[in-house]
Order: sequence, then structure tokens, then C-alpha cells
Amino acid sequence: MNAARRALPVDDAPLLEAERLALQVGERWLCCEFSLSLSAGECLVLLGPNGAGKTTLLHTLAGLREPSVGQVRIGGLPYAAWPALEAACFRGLLAQQQPDPFAAGVLETVLVGRHPHLGRWGWEGAEDVAIARRALAEVGLAGFEQRDVQTLSGGERQRVAIATLLTQAPRLFLLDEPLNHLDLHHQIAALDLFQRLVREDGAGRGSVLVLHDINLAARYADHIILLDGRGGVIAGDRDTVLRADLLSQAFGHPLRRIEHAGRAVFLPD
Amino acid sequence: MRRMRSPLAIATVLLPVAVAALFWALVAGDLPVAVDDVVAALAGGDGLSATVIRELRLPRAIAAFACGGLLATAGALMQVLLRNPLADPYILGISGGAAVAALGAITLGAATFWVDASAFVGALTAMVVVFGLAHGDGSWTQTRLLLTGVIVAAGCGAAVSLMLALAPDTRVMSMLFWMMGDASAAARPWPAVVVLVLALVVVMPFARDLNVLARGELTARALGVRVGHLRIALYVLASLLTATSVTLVGSVGFVGLIVPHLVRLVLGNDQRVLIPAAALAGGTLLTLADTAARTVMAPQQLPVGVLTALIGVPVFLFLLSRSKA
Repeated sequence: MNAARRALPVDDAPLLEAERLALQVGERWLCCEFSLSLSAGECLVLLGPNGAGKTTLLHTLAGLREPSVGQVRIGGLPYAAWPALEAACFRGLLAQQQPDPFAAGVLETVLVGRHPHLGRWGWEGAEDVAIARRALAEVGLAGFEQRDVQTLSGGERQRVAIATLLTQAPRLFLLDEPLNHLDLHHQIAALDLFQRLVREDGAGRGSVLVLHDINLAARYADHIILLDGRGGVIAGDRDTVLRADLLSQAFGHPLRRIEHAGRAVFLPD
Repeated sequence: MRRMRSPLAIATVLLPVAVAALFWALVAGDLPVAVDDVVAALAGGDGLSATVIRELRLPRAIAAFACGGLLATAGALMQVLLRNPLADPYILGISGGAAVAALGAITLGAATFWVDASAFVGALTAMVVVFGLAHGDGSWTQTRLLLTGVIVAAGCGAAVSLMLALAPDTRVMSMLFWMMGDASAAARPWPAVVVLVLALVVVMPFARDLNVLARGELTARALGVRVGHLRIALYVLASLLTATSVTLVGSVGFVGLIVPHLVRLVLGNDQRVLIPAAALAGGTLLTLADTAARTVMAPQQLPVGVLTALIGVPVFLFLLSRSKA
């Protein structure tokens, strides 16, 4: 579309990097300085108790909030170097809430994801509609195209939001509690879907998820960042962070680690 | 929920209806005129009917059409800005500020021109005051903007009541007329047309950004919309449109709230279709209402706001009941 897109991102750069990042809200430090790097094919999960700053951290990683200290880069470049629309083609955010003040069709809602791909005067064409329909099929909502979003159940509405993100087709998925309102079957289906997209060879995708379920984190994450709610950050590979003592301390509730069929499971005492 | 969403609908249905409404406004009235007379008058002919059409009916029809378009467009923009279906052009106190200033000018016995000028200045003052107060620490949310606007509007309403109570009887009639909205005295309608056309030219390239903004500020920012700039531009633009309309015909109610919803029921909530369609439909509705207001019980003139409601309410209820089926 223009010269900038060909220049971005820098070849072979990690999808997402945070360098000596620290976040402060008001007088409170949500996390002390830490660094992270996410490469294509990897999944990072943010864990922590309520109010620990998971969403704030995710928004900072999405470039929607200035870090108090440090720098966030996507595709090797800081957000300031990205035109907003180019950045929106590279990284996409699934927000925690989906406000629907006006009646709107499901297909129409999902097509909003094409916004950064269209020019100033562009209208969604047959190809965009095909992408949106495929996304709806991916989340099991084929046939819902003409329904009004205001008439959907909470879980269906959440899957419309996931389909909108798929329609946006970013390389870096930033998901804020993607399992909200979803039943068990659709929770696993959603996590499998993003895992398949991230693991796909040559696609160059990656994901960052805010999750509440430690066991699902243990099943899908490659890396974990654990915020303890007191400014402490424990970041690392899944198995170094998911320890019963660290989790118990962060969540303020004793947890027991159990091995079952080769998988670690954490049960609250 | 099947909707015809083609932009063609605007061109093939709304445009001819708008032209027909304007034509009726030129033909209808005490002095009977033929279709030929209208054509002759617009071509610059002489005679009584040509003079009546050109000097009286045309400015009034253009004023009504422009204000209907301004109010409907402003209403559509306010509803996206506040993401609130109940928002209308007057909700943030623009008309309140205009009313306080205009009634103040009437109290002082100012001429029509100065009443209009005061109304415009009052509207802009309300806009700046509401923005300044709502902006506060820089983090203006739409709830804060809405609350600030509603409170300023309430304060203006109290000031208006006070002025009405204290004004001498001779002034009260002209105050009430100003407040109910009246296109008969609109001598200079063309600036409003220019404002409407310019606003549409400015807003249409950003219409898809408005679609994204309607899905929530966070999602819009993540999709590359520059939300901060867009919201300020929306606020200023909607306020200017409202101020222009209030200055020209006073505060005509109902059009700015109902027309965007009416269009939304038929054409959907795509702002690329909704905004131009609302401008045309709002202009048409106010032209029809104003023409009816001066002819139905002639020579008595009815308040135009009553007629917009009498025409708009049944149409709206019909479309609402149909859309549920």
C-alpha cells in the first residue's frame, strides 16, 4: 500500500520485545524492571491475582499506553516508529470488554477488523467478506452472519470478538482474558485455534494471553510472566515459573502441584 | 435482519424525495403558483409569484432543509462520540448556551442580527466551557463529557427560565418564538448550506474510522484509529453544526435525535451510509414539517418542532415495529 509497509518490520527481529520495562499507576509500581522477548511460534501467558496489572501490562505491550520506564518494540522497532495503521496490521488486541451500544450485524462487526488493511476511501470487498466468513467459521459461528450482536449470548459475543481479531489478521495476538464467557469446550477450542495459528510454519505469528486458569496456562504457554500484585515480576520459561511455592505466594492461596499423565496440574488446597 | 445497505439507496430514494420536498415547499402556500411559475422564478423571472417564491419561500425552504441536515448530521456524530443512542445535538448544552445569549440579547432589545450573533457566540461559549471542564486532567471519558454537558445544559435551562420570568410581557412572545424554532425569519440561509456541505466533505473520509470508534475506544486504538484527535474533531464539528442550526432557526427539537435512528433502522449503522443519508433525511423532514407548519392552519403558523414530531413519531414507530419482525 505504501513504502512504509515494505520497510516494516525489521527482518528476523523478535515479534515482541520489552526492554527494562516498569509500569507505574499513580503512586503504585505494578511491576519492577524486567525484559522479555517473544519470537515467532511462541506463546506467552500473563498470570497474576486481580488488580496485579495484567491488563495494564498487555495494553503497554500493545502500544496503547506509554511505559513508565523502558521500551516496547514490535518487529524490532518501537511503537513510535510505526504508523498506527501499520502497527494494527502487525499486532491485534482482543479487549476484555466488547461494548455494543448500537445494533449491528455479526458479519458487519467482524468486518471492522479489516479497517487497517483498507485505504482511506476503501470499502470492504469480496475478499474481505471471505476472510470474515472464514473467521466466523473458525470460531463456530458460521450461519450467524446476519444476527444482531445485541441478541447474542455472552459466549457468542466473545467469539465474535475473536473472529474480529482473526479478520484483522495480525502476526502478534494480544489477548486479554480470551476465555471470558466461554464454556469449557469453547475455551479449549479457542486456545487450540490460537496455538495452531502460532505454531503454523512460516506464518511468523505469536501470542500473549492474559489467563486466570493456571492449568490452561501450564498446557499452552511457552513462557510465563507472573505478577504478584506487589510489584514483583517473575518471568521465564513455563517450567521455571510454574512452581507451587511461587504461585501460592502470588495468588495468596496454597497450591499443590500434581503430576498426571505427564502434565503438571495445580490444585488449590 | 435484512437491510439494504447500498449507497445507491441514498441516491435513488432519498435524493428524489428531498428534491420533491423542496419543490413542495416552493409551491405550497396562500398564493397559488403553478409548476411553471416555480421554474420561471428559479430562472430569474419577474412578477408577484416569482417574487414570493424567490424572496419568501426559497430562503425559508433552504433554511429548513439546511438546519434539518445540520441537526441530523450533528446528532449522528454525537451518538458516535458519546457511544450513546440517546445523545442528540443539544445534549451537551450547545442550544442552552445559545438560548441564554439570544434571550439576553432579546431582553436588551437587540435587532435580529445581533440576536443571531449572540446565539452563535453563546453556543460556541458553551462548547468551550463544556470541553474545558470535561477535559479536566486530560483524560476525558465520554461519561465525564456527557455529565458535564448535561449539567451545563441544566444550568442554561435555569437561566432561561429566570429570564422568561423576569422579562416584560412584550418580550416574552419573541423569546418563546425563538426557543420553539422558527424558519420564517431566516433571511440568510446560504452560510448554513455551506457549513453542511463542508462538514460532510470533512467527515466522509473518516466515516469508517467512526464505525471503528463505535465499537469502543480501546478496540479503535488497537485498530489504528487516532482516537484522541478523532474525538476532539467530532466534538468541535458536531458543536459547530449545532451552533449554525440554532443560530439560523432556534432550537428545533426531535430531528437530531430521531433522524439518525430512523436511518439506522433502515440502512444499518455504517457511518459511510448513515451520515449522508441522515443529512438528506433530516433536511427533508424539516422542510416537510416547516411547509406543513405554515400551510396546514394558514394563516396561523404552527411551531415547526410540533410538526417534526407529528410526522417523525409515526414513521419511527412503524420502522421500529417492522425491524423486530
